[in-house]
Amino acid sequence: MIRVTRSAVIDAPIERVWAILRDFNSHNAWHPVVAESHIENGEASDQVGCVRNFTLKDGNHIREQLLALSDQDYVSTYCILDATLPMRRYVATVRLKRVTDGDRTFWHWESTFDVPRGREKEFADLVGKGVYEGGFEGLRAFLRRPRAAGPRPASNAGSMQTSGVVATSFGGPDVLQTRTLDARAPGPGEVRLRHTAIGVNYIDVYVRKGLYRMIEPPAPIGMEAAGVVQDVGDGVAHLLPGDRVAYAAPPPGAYVGVRTMAADQLVVLPDHVDDETAAATMLKGMTAEYLLHRTRPIRAGDTVLVHAAAGGVGLLLCQWAKALGARVIGTVSSEEKARLARSRGCDAPIVTKDYRFAQQVRQVSGGRGVDVIYDGLGRAAAAENLEALAFTGHWISYGQASGPLDPVPAETLSAKSITMTRPVLFHYTAERATLNQIAGRMFEALRQGTITVDLRHRYPLGAAAEAHRALEARQTTGPIVLLP
Amino acid sequence: MIKVYTSSVIDAPADAVWAQIRDFNGLPKWTPFVAESRIEGNQPADKVGCVRNFRLKDGGTIREQLLTLSDFDFQCTYSILESPMGVENYVATLKLTPVTDGNRTFAEWWAEFDCAPEREQELSRLVGQQVFQGAFDQLKTLFRR
Repeated sequence: MIRVTRSAVIDAPIERVWAILRDFNSHNAWHPVVAESHIENGEASDQVGCVRNFTLKDGNHIREQLLALSDQDYVSTYCILDATLPMRRYVATVRLKRVTDGDRTFWHWESTFDVPRGREKEFADLVGKGVYEGGFEGLRAFLRRPRAAGPRPASNAGSMQTSGVVATSFGGPDVLQTRTLDARAPGPGEVRLRHTAIGVNYIDVYVRKGLYRMIEPPAPIGMEAAGVVQDVGDGVAHLLPGDRVAYAAPPPGAYVGVRTMAADQLVVLPDHVDDETAAATMLKGMTAEYLLHRTRPIRAGDTVLVHAAAGGVGLLLCQWAKALGARVIGTVSSEEKARLARSRGCDAPIVTKDYRFAQQVRQVSGGRGVDVIYDGLGRAAAAENLEALAFTGHWISYGQASGPLDPVPAETLSAKSITMTRPVLFHYTAERATLNQIAGRMFEALRQGTITVDLRHRYPLGAAAEAHRALEARQTTGPIVLLP
Repeated sequence: MIKVYTSSVIDAPADAVWAQIRDFNGLPKWTPFVAESRIEGNQPADKVGCVRNFRLKDGGTIREQLLTLSDFDFQCTYSILESPMGVENYVATLKLTPVTDGNRTFAEWWAEFDCAPEREQELSRLVGQQVFQGAFDQLKTLFRR
């Protein structure tokens, strides 16, 4: 048996190094010998047991399985399942430790394995030098890489002036007006971001109208954006100036050029996700992730009903549910939208303009009904939803476009042993570890093409009122972003 | 229970650093705050269970017992029997790990102990910064290449 041990000191805080290394699918971004990497079966890269599939730059293939992952101890253990190289019983452990002296990271990488007799030295060198030492250098270069273009202000340079769109009072699109605002230096736990793209969502309309009392006018609205970290406050270890990041989180305030906000809702963007895509996808994509993977995990063979199947979340749900092996039924309001939904994985789009769909759903599901309903419609669809569900079906009410739901009497559930959830994204993303998992799986789905984003509507930040008018007039399809 | 963890990088091979610090009676040679030290009962300094009795430059006396000594893991664990610090159940470990990149040493020193709640912050700082980091700084100076 061969044992190979290599170790190095990386000049970055342990949280920063671990954020990269804990991602079992990150090696193609930083390791010089890895050409391509993906996680099999669309699993999350921090799911213990997941399998990564490497193509090396020399043409070899390796499949490795994650055996253990500890955010507590900063340890990742994995083994080779099969490889085009003659290595057997390979088990490796990556362990990080904090160097308190200078806030650096000690990285220990060790493995044991067997190779054909006589080739021990060749493989000890290949692993020790090529993979481990090469990896140290690759990660150092990755951390040093120019992370984003654009001016970088002096750190903690006091307050900065920026342009933003505020709701001057509650009301129609006209209340949105451009103002000069202050972005103060970040305090403890905060960062200051230069936004590069800002997502527009229907919730912004509710906030603007005062239906959701989340601001006191005059105040900027908006809850989704991508940008570049300018400077960080005390106690923020997972971000550095220059990092590309994105968020979808309250409180409102995203319609600004530069924003100071809590750091814990920010996720670092992988290179393959551009800023506009991130700003267009964080809220809807993470919503699709938790609905399909967490609220009621979808299994192959499930039949699901997606309302507003050609809407922003609807299209993502169709694509992703289909990829997970579900049969997807959808409701849409026009033939054109039916075609769009069908092109994204909706097996049976039902065109309906009056919230009547249960009979058709039962028909296309062979009389059985559906296992899960993704309902953003609310009150007007409630009775039909109950009718469309199969025995033990699950009704997920994640939005209420037609008005708030009336109380649901328990007897209506017991008629078919129906269960119901009324979930909110921000409860699922409240903890950073879970937020990273949700965002990570969503980014991976984007990379693999499981979900796609067709961004057609871009407005200058100053034209936010126009964007709201178009959104409310239903003149847009797909996401809208504002560009500062 | 308070936990204190301090770590550093010494620019010398781990076996060289270990040769310096494995001597349980050697604190005056490599720490800035110990004036003199002896092992009680005329025991060898690498006999597990032996007690070192040392005087600090500021005058206090501390007695510590060797609980673990590993030349294989470059690791040493000891407890405080008596001290003027006001700590109880104090157990500390000093451990070295080779850094193959650059042939250096990753040095870790951690301690767990109990003390009066109002002194937690002061003692954490004393142990982690003044004692452990102070000794590491001295080691870094000794091994400056």
